[in-house]
Amino acid sequence: MTDPGTPWDVAIVGGGNAALCAAIEAAEAGARVILLEAAPRHMRGGNSRHTRNFRCMHQGPLSVLTDTYGEDEYYDDLIRVTGGKTEPELARLAIRESESALPWMESHGVRFQPSLSGTLSLGRTNAFFLGGGKALVNAYYATVEDLGVTIRYEAKVAHVHIESGAFRWLELESGERIVARAVVLASGGFQADLDWLARAWGPAARNFLIRGTPWNRGEVLRDMLDQGAESVGDPTQCHAVAIDGRAPKFDGGIVTRLDCVPFSVVVNRDGARFHDEGQDVWPKRYAIWGRLVAAQPDQVAYAVIDAKARGLFMPSVFPPETADTVEELGTRLGIDGAHLAATVDAYNAACRPGTFHPTELDGVATEGLEPPKTNWARPIDTPPYYGYTLRPGVTFTYLGLKVSPRAQVQSGHGPLTNVWAAGEIMAGSILGQGYLAGFGMTIGTVFGRIAGQEAAAHAL
Amino acid sequence: MPYDTTATAATATDEARRQLEICNACRYCEGYCDVFPALTRLSQMDPGAISHLASLCHNCRGCYYACQYSPPHEFALNLPAALAEVRQQDWEDFARPQAVARLFHRSGLALAAALVAGFAVLFAAIAALRPESGEGFYATLSHNAMVAIFAPAFVLPLLAVGLSLRAWWQAIEGGPVRWADVTRAARAAGRMRNLDGGQGQGCNFEKEDRYSDARRWAHQATLWGFLMCFAATSVATLMHYGLNWPAPYGFWSPPKLLGVPGGILLCIGTGWLMALKLRADPDLGAARVWGGEMGFVALLFFVSATGLALYAATGTAAVPALLAIHLGAVLAFFLLTPYSKMVHGFYRFAALMADRRPG
Ligand SMILES: Cc1cc2nc3c(=O)[nH]c(=O)nc-3n(C[C@H](O)[C@H](O)[C@H](O)COP(=O)(O)OP(=O)(O)OC[C@H]3O[C@@H](n4cnc5c(N)ncnc54)[C@H](O)[C@@H]3O)c2cc1C
Ligand code: SF4
Ligand code: SF4
Repeated sequence: MTDPGTPWDVAIVGGGNAALCAAIEAAEAGARVILLEAAPRHMRGGNSRHTRNFRCMHQGPLSVLTDTYGEDEYYDDLIRVTGGKTEPELARLAIRESESALPWMESHGVRFQPSLSGTLSLGRTNAFFLGGGKALVNAYYATVEDLGVTIRYEAKVAHVHIESGAFRWLELESGERIVARAVVLASGGFQADLDWLARAWGPAARNFLIRGTPWNRGEVLRDMLDQGAESVGDPTQCHAVAIDGRAPKFDGGIVTRLDCVPFSVVVNRDGARFHDEGQDVWPKRYAIWGRLVAAQPDQVAYAVIDAKARGLFMPSVFPPETADTVEELGTRLGIDGAHLAATVDAYNAACRPGTFHPTELDGVATEGLEPPKTNWARPIDTPPYYGYTLRPGVTFTYLGLKVSPRAQVQSGHGPLTNVWAAGEIMAGSILGQGYLAGFGMTIGTVFGRIAGQEAAAHAL
Repeated sequence: MPYDTTATAATATDEARRQLEICNACRYCEGYCDVFPALTRLSQMDPGAISHLASLCHNCRGCYYACQYSPPHEFALNLPAALAEVRQQDWEDFARPQAVARLFHRSGLALAAALVAGFAVLFAAIAALRPESGEGFYATLSHNAMVAIFAPAFVLPLLAVGLSLRAWWQAIEGGPVRWADVTRAARAAGRMRNLDGGQGQGCNFEKEDRYSDARRWAHQATLWGFLMCFAATSVATLMHYGLNWPAPYGFWSPPKLLGVPGGILLCIGTGWLMALKLRADPDLGAARVWGGEMGFVALLFFVSATGLALYAATGTAAVPALLAIHLGAVLAFFLLTPYSKMVHGFYRFAALMADRRPG
């Protein structure tokens, strides 16, 4: 055992992808490293354990990735989803470094598999983890253990002690102090703190479901901002998608997503439609509906399809409510069946003939309906009818710490000498809004590695 | 409405279906084994389809340690255990008589009792049928007496397995068998492809979330050792009847050249499998039959160890007793084939045959 008085070279706060990448780099550089994970062992790995893939630039086929995905195309994809709200230097760095990150991941135990059935459109841009994010996290923990890193579970950091522009020690919730020469902050966003969400978004946020870990409560982010660290990202926003309303409050993960919206009619608690279900294509639609549902009374909505649409989208973990008439379905969903039936009748009457095409914008639209449905608008008339409850499911928050391209945390008076940040806690610089599938893991891997290298170089 | 794991889980099949529906919405484990690609091809999760998936699963446990929904998550995913329960249920339900299967699958003690009964039969046979003349083992028990005991003890259990398998094949709607199905299954089984983790890194049997090839090697030694012993006996039978060249055989004869290394492999394989099983988490398999499974591997170990001992004792006074013990164990093993873990090999092979991927 180490004498508690001996300072560690590098302390790492968090236990997800970014933290683990930093720990590996620091330990490989020869530093004595301690990793502090708030969660117990079986819940380790934060949101990273829910992920499935990593977006990667590549010139020519690389591992499981086909074809080519160049820097400019990648960057354009990013700009499209963030609407330009991105820091070009950091974004391009993450993109460029992703190419060498993939072989690095493989050499540290991560295994990739070809894109999953049902996700073929991502086979060129995204490398899928064999077994998903938890297998990745397991591989990294094994690597980190073998490198001699000290891992502490159930070690929630409550305070990062900063004195005259430099980090001195960490204080755990238990009161214990961890002294280190350098620190890497990789403790994710604050989306699991519903009170904070409610302050930022309004009281409606208490009805949101959190798709990932209950351990990302932003204690460290708050503490750093209170001590004058500079922030990036919109403090009031979070990335939310419409998920199955029956999902658990936390940690429901990927299987609670619902892809049925384009083939459905979506109504609110009062049985009224409120948005064009046929608008736009994946992946943007995904995020739009989280916000739309969040804006409805009680933050709930209901998607109704008929027998024709079953099987057009990935199955959800919860079976839908089923009924032989729309009215009865409404009752089963707990809303006014007559209102629902009237809404569906009006919609059906506005449908026009056309060639339905589930995988592309087919232009099959309603006429004279407000709001319209501009694609995939087939009458809902073939029993049995199916209904899903939709609620906003929060993926992550945008507010984060501002960092330099070397992942160093900034304060009003310049960079903090020995503080680095990686992953979700600093992703706001790059993802100002929106989301690009697989980019969260890219940011965590690239900046986690940089932060680990820099922290070790400082300490040694 | 919170997710309720108990609502639908009335039977092993229902519980497996509940979990497979979650997997089907997730698919992260697609690359581990044949179960997941077969799952995504299903249009309906009926009991036959679930039985098929269950027998495709080799209990490598990769999908358990990789699962973000493993207990204590409320989705309580433990697919290796859920599928093991379905397999176990099938092996018992499709066996005739079922009661015998239930007994021996569950109880290592019952297996031990069968073993002792096997000894008793052989000792009694040796005492009652002492031959006038004969060489080697046949000085203790005549060739005809051996055939009279072992021919039915070999053929009848195989017949029983065949009948069970036919019924099961119909239940999973296996369809007409083509030669290509057999060769494909033989290739997969011969390499134990479903224990390699999908990329050759091995499985997660005894080292939790770390991969290891130990179980694949141990099982491979067991399988090939067993097949070599079996081939030794078959060759000897051919030599006896076809070439009129009866036992005893010297070391450089085909039966011995197959049997001795086969016995050693089988001994190592089964011993290793037992050691691994002691280290693995019983809750990731069909926990209620742990004793019966262990008893079965121990029986195989005993068969191979006594066979080798018998060979080593050639020409000594220990031969009669050792012969009775070894043949008693072989007898118990043969008779229990339809009612013990031994059937898994037949079901697995059939499941691989029925796993026809497009393209
Ligand atoms: C359901 C879901 C699916 C996703 N799928 C993908 C995908 O396929 N591809 C992709 O790129 N991105 C995906 N994302 C986003 C991705 O999860 C994140 O971008 C990424 O995991 C962030 O990594 P991180 O290491 O910064 O944070 P996390 O992995 O969340 O790790 C944060 C860690 O900090 C710990 N922690 C928190 N507070 C403290 C504290 N006070 N003290 C000590 N430790 C603390 C937590 O316990 C946790 O271990 C998904 C997100 C969700 C919710
Ligand atoms: S075992 Fe878990 S991670 Fe694997 S496919 Fe099933 S639900 Fe997904
Ligand atoms: S235990 Fe292994 S073989 Fe069985 S389903 Fe899971 S990954 Fe496949």
